[in-house]
Amino acid sequence: MISIKNLHKKFGKLTVLDGLDLEINKGGIFAILGPNGSGKTTLIKCLLGMVIPNKGEIKIDDKSVLNKWEYRNNLNYLPQIANFPTNLSVSELINMVKNLRPKQANEQELIDLFGLTPFLNKKLGNLSGGTKQKVNLVLTFMFDSELIILDEPTTGLDPIALIHLKELIQKAKTNGKTILITTHIMSVVDEIADEIVFLLDGKIYFKGSVTALKKQTNQTNLEHAIAELMS
Amino acid sequence: MLKILKYSIFDLLRSRWSYVYFIFYLLLGFVLLFLNSDINKAVITLMNIIIVLTPLIGTIFGVMYYYNSKEFTELLLAQPIKRSKIFMGQYLGIALSLTLSLFLGLGIPFVFYGLFKSAAIFDFSLLIVVGSFLNFIFVALAYNIALSTENRIKGFGYAILMWLFLAVIYDGIFMISLIMFNEYPLDKFSLIATMFNPIDLSRILILLKLDISALLGYTGAVFKDFFGTNFGFIISMFILFLWVFLPVLRMKFKLKKKDF
Repeated sequence: MISIKNLHKKFGKLTVLDGLDLEINKGGIFAILGPNGSGKTTLIKCLLGMVIPNKGEIKIDDKSVLNKWEYRNNLNYLPQIANFPTNLSVSELINMVKNLRPKQANEQELIDLFGLTPFLNKKLGNLSGGTKQKVNLVLTFMFDSELIILDEPTTGLDPIALIHLKELIQKAKTNGKTILITTHIMSVVDEIADEIVFLLDGKIYFKGSVTALKKQTNQTNLEHAIAELMS
Repeated sequence: MLKILKYSIFDLLRSRWSYVYFIFYLLLGFVLLFLNSDINKAVITLMNIIIVLTPLIGTIFGVMYYYNSKEFTELLLAQPIKRSKIFMGQYLGIALSLTLSLFLGLGIPFVFYGLFKSAAIFDFSLLIVVGSFLNFIFVALAYNIALSTENRIKGFGYAILMWLFLAVIYDGIFMISLIMFNEYPLDKFSLIATMFNPIDLSRILILLKLDISALLGYTGAVFKDFFGTNFGFIISMFILFLWVFLPVLRMKFKLKKKDF
């Protein structure tokens, strides 16, 4: 589904992506891991067209996506920090994003799931961090797209919302979607990820299943396996 | 783009500052028009305020809106919309809502004063046209600065410096050079130097159209010969338009390469 070839990105003197190659097949949950500053977010943003790579090629379904925007209609993205215009209310924001995309949305189901009904008419500026993240999740999951990209989706969520989020991700997987997720919470990765993509120094250092990673590093615990990989 | 424009206007019209700005012009208009017996004097005072204040407010609103809506812009960038349309929509949203505050804030006092019955309609339209141009120019300049500066404190600083330069320092340098080189013919130089500063250009345009150029002495006469004619008027409008067009062009260019 996604094919990345020889991707280079520099920010000034800092090389973030250094000839990265990655193939991701359709369907499944892929956890993108790596130490801080290893280029996870940059990779995702290149995929979204928010960061423009210096060199290389990105194809989704065999079509190049660089400098295009139409392909994003089949892609849902959850940004890391949810910061919305403070003057809009929750329902206005949802309607606005619905308005911007020519797709059918099932926001009501998600609003009920996360218990957001009492907040619908509240201004976004008055919401707590966790509630904002729930709104963010509604915006991401209300469209039916083939590719779902989640950047740190667990930030600020309470345990119940976290369970709902994991259910949502599993449900998307059973519907044959491709889900890319970055997180620092290893228990989440252990629980849901089919494959791990480990980034180090701007390259793919490891790609494979959780079991393969544990085997390769001789560790039984994922956290330790990742730590072993980094050292 | 229209959708983005609609929402940024909607967002700004609900912000308290748009109303503060509107009410300021409303009060200013009423006070100046009704407590002043001479309409010309009132219009000149209004002009002096508009010419310094609209650029300042445009600059501050532009930079503030850009930095404040940064995360939200990132959300929009992940939607199936062309990059340039997002930013053009936001830019037009700010510029139009500021222009609306100016138009209504000054329009209401002028209507009460008897806008449609007197020659004041000409003064009013000139003030509004120039004020709107200044809004569009300075919001565009502010957006350029914000797009090129990651650090918001620095961006804010540069934007204020830009305003200070065009509103105050430029005139200072202009004056000093006129005094230093006063033995040379300076008519052409002053004409061209005026063109390079949208604030000066607007000021001269209004002053000359108000028929008070006699106050300006000899240079005033030279200016009147140029700006007072229809040709001069069209040229100055064209230059004001360029002052909008070029920053917008640079914005588009910058956006093609920018990382978010």
